[in-house]
Amino acid sequence: MLTNESSFSIASLSVQDRMTTGAVMLLLGVFMLYGVAFAQPDALHNAAHDTRHAVTVPCH
Amino acid sequence: MIMRVLLAAIIAGMLAGAVAGAFQIWRVTPLILAAEVYENQTGAGAIQQAEAWAPEEGIERTAYTLLASLLMGVGFALVLAAAVLFTGRAITVQNGVLWGIMGFIVFSLAPTTGLAPELPGMPAADLLARQTWWWGTVIATGSGIALIVLQEQLALKALGVIPIVAPHVIGAPHLQDPESAVPAVLAANFAANTLTMMALFWIVLGVSLGWALNRTGTSAES
Repeated sequence: MLTNESSFSIASLSVQDRMTTGAVMLLLGVFMLYGVAFAQPDALHNAAHDTRHAVTVPCH
Repeated sequence: MIMRVLLAAIIAGMLAGAVAGAFQIWRVTPLILAAEVYENQTGAGAIQQAEAWAPEEGIERTAYTLLASLLMGVGFALVLAAAVLFTGRAITVQNGVLWGIMGFIVFSLAPTTGLAPELPGMPAADLLARQTWWWGTVIATGSGIALIVLQEQLALKALGVIPIVAPHVIGAPHLQDPESAVPAVLAANFAANTLTMMALFWIVLGVSLGWALNRTGTSAES
């Protein structure tokens, strides 16, 4: 197979494996981003306030 | 498999988050603090924050900013890892810059074209409407780029332009007549520095994720 030896060989994974793992990563990632950058409870908002502004997401 | 990708995303995300956090504390936070002087004069932000818990000014606030940057880094790293897995295109140290630039376009350039970076004290439309437009733009831009990059046929590639342009034709939610006490010079500095910070963040993230995924073992060995 023509894969770059030094690279993470995505091509060798089954489509099923890629989709399942991808879905888990996406859910975890969006959950974290939601908590840090979008969730509205005051304590979360105030703790992450400066980062929300800096990451250019709508803050308040 | 899941653990390997998860570990790589955490390592790369923390690395890029630390770089972004450092840049933020150096270049961006001073602008936020300067804008808050104007925000507090109008009283708009002070009321919201008066009763709720907030980190103490100084080291505590900086520590929470750094923590938030690290978590934000891991969150974006997980989403980038998901994109790599869904598309089946490898990420390496060499092409990590390209992956990073794509992430920057999807998550920073496209949304800020409609919703410019906001300083505290700057008036803006309804928060939920802006957040909804933000996510819609991110998903649409990502889909459009995926079509352009992944499809072989020229006609299908061309279709990718539609979701990229659509959110801006629809238009981001804006106030009719926004007036701000925050000086324009401050806002311009802020916009330039936040976009620079996000570009730096995404490039470091792309390269680090390429590096970390390969460090945690190639499939030839496992």
